[in-house]
Amino acid sequence: MVQPLDINRETPSQTAGPYVHIGCIPTFAGITTIYPEDLGLSPFSDGAKGDLITITGSIFDGTGWALRDAMVESWQADAAGNYPGQPGADPSVTGFCRFAADKDSGEFTLKTIKPGPPGSQAPHIALWVVARGINTGLSTRIYFPEDDHGSDPVLTRIEQRHRVDTLIAKKTGDARYRFDIRLQGEGETVFLDM
Amino acid sequence: MAKSSRLMPRDQTAHPRAYWPDYKTSVARSPRNALLSLEPTVTEETGPVFGHDILGKYDNDLIQNFTQGASLAIGERIRVHGRVQDENGRAVANALIEVWQANAGGRYRHVKDGYFAPLDPGFGGCGRTITDDDGCYEFMTVKPGAYPWPNRANDWRPAHIHFSLFGASFGQRLISQMYFEGDPLIRLCPIAATIEDQGQLDRLVAPLDMAASRPMDYLAYKFDIVLRGRRQTMFENKPEGL
Ligand SMILES: [Fe+2]
Repeated sequence: MVQPLDINRETPSQTAGPYVHIGCIPTFAGITTIYPEDLGLSPFSDGAKGDLITITGSIFDGTGWALRDAMVESWQADAAGNYPGQPGADPSVTGFCRFAADKDSGEFTLKTIKPGPPGSQAPHIALWVVARGINTGLSTRIYFPEDDHGSDPVLTRIEQRHRVDTLIAKKTGDARYRFDIRLQGEGETVFLDM
Repeated sequence: MAKSSRLMPRDQTAHPRAYWPDYKTSVARSPRNALLSLEPTVTEETGPVFGHDILGKYDNDLIQNFTQGASLAIGERIRVHGRVQDENGRAVANALIEVWQANAGGRYRHVKDGYFAPLDPGFGGCGRTITDDDGCYEFMTVKPGAYPWPNRANDWRPAHIHFSLFGASFGQRLISQMYFEGDPLIRLCPIAATIEDQGQLDRLVAPLDMAASRPMDYLAYKFDIVLRGRRQTMFENKPEGL
């Protein structure tokens, strides 16, 4: 026998299920009498420094069908690459946003300010995707095509170089990007364990 | 030298398998490639902060919050309480906990829920609270009903409350479900079964806690939660980015 290590195991995940909106974005789900507004409505407020951008996309299952019931959370740095709480961080950037796939089209929209590079990492937005059928929330990142990715610790570690593209948004217009997530199959998004 | 405190690697064996054929929706929604495991960066080490000032008077009382105290929800009155700690046994203070659930008849207030058990005009189905300095939390609600769902020909969810937790960093994010002691539907449920380790599944089953119940008012269930931990060490010699 040896001494016990006294490490607790993490509580196991369970799927967020089809009704995650009730708990996380109830106003979006039509429940309007409990909270004044949903948390994470926007990752910034008026006066935030930086360029306003709009990212749209869908989350596709292995059959190519866009999920109608997914919820996504995003977490990002401000335009200078500082996270809320870090010295010099922009007080008008909360960095956190929640958004859902549209129940008819399956498309989501994230309006935010473009993050700066946090340290040696390339500018990116972290995403956490939950839905019915996803047993543990899936983490991934949005990167931007115009940035230098040469020193980024995530993108440089992807062995199959063609899969890097699954983490890079496509520019579709002035300050507009497209970022699709594929849960499975051809073009499967790189998901992270970090 | 100051001690640094970094997230420990996530123990993925604590969690369910992504691909679980008996839970049919997981078949097309589970990645086939391995997750890319990397040391967390500042992105995972930081996270949104929610202050106690976001909480309204009834936020942690699902019996009253939908009507803001004008009427009471129908069902068995229960208090759910517990403590949030990390893998090292440290209390997680200021953790935002959001909960959602079906009403006492097993019906959700959601456009996609077509089960014919009726909606309760006094019940919305969500609430939230924030842990105190000791990591403790509590909320009042009614015990949710079991409900049928389209999966195999006759699948029913055991009574459960969905939990969403924010620790101090985005890399600790967790969504799970609380089950109730003694529910025979747990062992029949393909969603519960995604957790193959029986010891881990047991940790989602809240025991009846008579000591925390109140005579002639409510029963209590205790549900403790463990979030991903941080290691504390003076030794962080590796330059950032390597
Ligand atoms: Fe549920």
